[in-house]
Amino acid sequence: MQGTLPSSPLGGSTTVQHVSHTVEEGTGKGPSTGRWKMEAVVFILSLVDCCALIFLSVYFIITLSDLECDYINARACCSKLNKWVIPEMVGQCLSTMLMLVSMHWFTFFLNLPVAAWNIYRYVKVPLGNMGVFDPTEIHNRGQLKSHMKEAMIKLGYHLLCFFIYLYSMILALIND
Amino acid sequence: GGHYPSLPLGYQNAAPPLTQTLVPVPLSQPLGGPGPAQLSPSLAAMSLQSSTPEALRVVNLLQERNLLPPIPIPPPTPCLQQDLQKINCNPEVFRSTLTSIPQTQSLLNKAKMPLGLLLHPFKDLSQLPVVTSSTIVRCRSCRTYINPFVSFLDQRRWKCNLCYRVNDVPEEFMYNPVSRSYGEPHKRPEVQNATIEFIAPSEYMLRPPQPAVYLFHSSTCVFCQSLLDNIKLPGDSRTKIGFVTFDSTIHFYNLQEGLSQPQMLIVSDIDDIFLPTPDSLLVNLNECKELVQDLLKSLPTLFQKTMETQSALGSALQAAYKLLLPTGGRMSVFQTQLPNLGVGALQSREDPNQRASAKDVQHLSPATDFYKKLALDCSGQQVAVDLFLLSSQYCDLASLGCISRYSAGSVYYYPSYHHQHNPAQVECFQRDLKRYLTRKIGFEAVMRIRCSKGMSIHTFHGNFFVRSTDLLSLPNVNPDAGFAVQMSIEENLDDMQIVSFQAALLYTSSKGERRIRVHTLCLPVVNSLSDIFAGADVQAITGLLACMAVDRSATASLSDARDAMTNAAIDSLASYRQSVLSIQQPGLLAPACLRLFPLFILALLKQKAFRTGTSTRLDDRLFAMCQLKYQPLVYSMLMIHPALYRVDDLSDEGALNINERTVPQPRVLQLSVEKLSREAAFLMDAGTVMYLWVGRSCQPAFLTQVLGVSSYAAVPDNLHLLPELDTAESQRTRAFIGWLRDQRPFFPPLHVIRWVSFLGFIRSNMIEDRTESALSYYEFLLHLQQQISK
Repeated sequence: MQGTLPSSPLGGSTTVQHVSHTVEEGTGKGPSTGRWKMEAVVFILSLVDCCALIFLSVYFIITLSDLECDYINARACCSKLNKWVIPEMVGQCLSTMLMLVSMHWFTFFLNLPVAAWNIYRYVKVPLGNMGVFDPTEIHNRGQLKSHMKEAMIKLGYHLLCFFIYLYSMILALIND
Repeated sequence: GGHYPSLPLGYQNAAPPLTQTLVPVPLSQPLGGPGPAQLSPSLAAMSLQSSTPEALRVVNLLQERNLLPPIPIPPPTPCLQQDLQKINCNPEVFRSTLTSIPQTQSLLNKAKMPLGLLLHPFKDLSQLPVVTSSTIVRCRSCRTYINPFVSFLDQRRWKCNLCYRVNDVPEEFMYNPVSRSYGEPHKRPEVQNATIEFIAPSEYMLRPPQPAVYLFHSSTCVFCQSLLDNIKLPGDSRTKIGFVTFDSTIHFYNLQEGLSQPQMLIVSDIDDIFLPTPDSLLVNLNECKELVQDLLKSLPTLFQKTMETQSALGSALQAAYKLLLPTGGRMSVFQTQLPNLGVGALQSREDPNQRASAKDVQHLSPATDFYKKLALDCSGQQVAVDLFLLSSQYCDLASLGCISRYSAGSVYYYPSYHHQHNPAQVECFQRDLKRYLTRKIGFEAVMRIRCSKGMSIHTFHGNFFVRSTDLLSLPNVNPDAGFAVQMSIEENLDDMQIVSFQAALLYTSSKGERRIRVHTLCLPVVNSLSDIFAGADVQAITGLLACMAVDRSATASLSDARDAMTNAAIDSLASYRQSVLSIQQPGLLAPACLRLFPLFILALLKQKAFRTGTSTRLDDRLFAMCQLKYQPLVYSMLMIHPALYRVDDLSDEGALNINERTVPQPRVLQLSVEKLSREAAFLMDAGTVMYLWVGRSCQPAFLTQVLGVSSYAAVPDNLHLLPELDTAESQRTRAFIGWLRDQRPFFPPLHVIRWVSFLGFIRSNMIEDRTESALSYYEFLLHLQQQISK
């Protein structure tokens, strides 16, 4: 029913209702419970994913600042960070896919640029470089600083996403 | 007791060197020799602002044609107080692009010139003070070594000139062993010399100093004779030597003492390398000298029999690395073809049809990270890899060069090496190899470059690995390597009148002694654009721009790099025009200190490394790029803008008298065809090679008395040695060429060329002339003027 559903903070209530309609027909479950269960599951999963990405960003920041302060050398730092580039990409893409599949367009378009940027960064590594973090180049042309900035921005962004998912998850659970 | 040098209060408006560009400074200038500032004491009171110093004299480049000074350009002298400048570091060792440092980053950005340092820290020096001291005095917080530019607050405390921390003078430092006096720490040699070497105590060793270990790794036998002749490699009684040869399999040589002849062990499993015997592959050179000599004599016969065309370089390098792993040392790799087997196999990426492409050049960056990874592994174990490439085919120097670039090795390239058909290259190789085997060497070295508070280094150029911030890892350090760094100004240098830079190189000498060589440079801080322009060092700026352009070609593209170089000239001259020039005149105006800047930029654009439109082999291009980054500035400049002299009319006028030999000093000529003539002979000195051109109508006197031939037609094609005739002209010519060669540690071969073959060189070497793919100097100036007026 149009009137009873609360207006979603994420978008017009119209969109949400369309989704609920299809879920109802597809699963054959009760109209509200099935949809909100899916929502809750989706948001719980993305919350967990987002947590992992936050920890990963923090790990990147700590390792890069260790390099800045001479606690580790360039080779050790870069091999540590290169190991986590693909997991980070996978986590970000997973989050994006989740949002796409559950058709939450706002969060999808929120996740898409970062996922695209991660993929672009990975693909654009020159053949002669040892990964996204190259120990011979990291001290040149301010790369250390730019990687640090990137990690900080991602941290802030993931925190923002975390709270958005948290709110949506709570919303989904309440309405369950 | 006496007084102590107080904090430097604002440098006096010191005499701007009026004779800056005209005072000849011979390259063998003693350390911290008197600069031109001392020659005009009466001008000491003049301020920079009131009269225009020579460096800022306005030059209209479009009108004045003859800009090249007749003698090689000396480096500019920083505008410091005389007593500071007298002890300042030798510019051949430590040089800045701007001898007056801007006060703020925004001021530097306005000047549009790069700020950087060019170093040659391990240069062979004729005078080097060496200090053995139980305590090496260093700042407590920033660990700077005590240097001539610190200030003593009283007898017991000194203030660091890099971080401004006050430190205590240790008791032992109060005694001066040189003058046997007590209580005058400022007279100690560490505080009187900007370049000094310490013998390092045991705190500076991570492990006992390593012996000299040399491994020769080859798929050919070209080095054998030279090594036999120079078997006394630098080292002491612990020196070790080893050999590895390879083709599609890897061959080790058991040289154990007691064997009657060397034993060859072949490992054919190149995918899983193992060392066939645990020791006796690297043996003590003194104990097993006969076996080593036997091996060197028999290697050429071994190689003659093989018809192999496969090269498993990657696996062989891994095997050699395993061999050198425990001790560190130097690996010399001689390679004659593209490695095509096993790990690290490379493809032939060059398209011969694209050599003369006017558009972008591809494949300037490595194809694989195998050699880079191996170089980093080597660097971690103090192994340096030097690469000798003797091949006429494409060898992917972009990828192979990485093995030397990050392990502090050097690359040598002989593209047309053939033992029968090209004796000039063979001689060049033999001489280079002799220098390589006998020159001074330092092992397991690290270098740290420190700057005054407020400045920081953001990019490094040269063959080394930057292990952590400002710490360069150099498994081997040799006297022919140059380095460059770029700096930025993080905090405004408001209260400082001078800033200092210190390069400290900690190394193990070939005799197993741990030593620290420290160089300190001091420069004034200025806050006006005109002062910055007055202190610009055009050669250092060109050298640094060349390094930056090489980086840009690899990371972005060659056309980007070319545009960036042209923009450097446009931006700096535009900035001069807008901010410094008081009277706007038409034409292309430049300060006198930068008048050669457009010429040098054009020379870079026409250099083999960056030129487009002229057929250039990819490996040749890459080697030129390697050289621009690796060579010290003075040789890079000769490579970029060779010196041209007329040699058929040498006279004793103005000649130097060195070692009872009269060395004529002909004028340096512009690189333009209009300076050449068929009735003369010219010598072009390009640093690593020299050309002697003989004009078609050259005076017969020159032909007979210097070349020893009766006529022009009789000049042989491959002449590379001047006959030692008894005539005055022959003596003068040979004295001049010998003097040029003596100034550099390597031996540039001489090619005597007749007019007929001459035309091929015009395009590449006469920088000021137009070619079908590049502008002439005048057209380039017009292009700059057009861009500046936009």
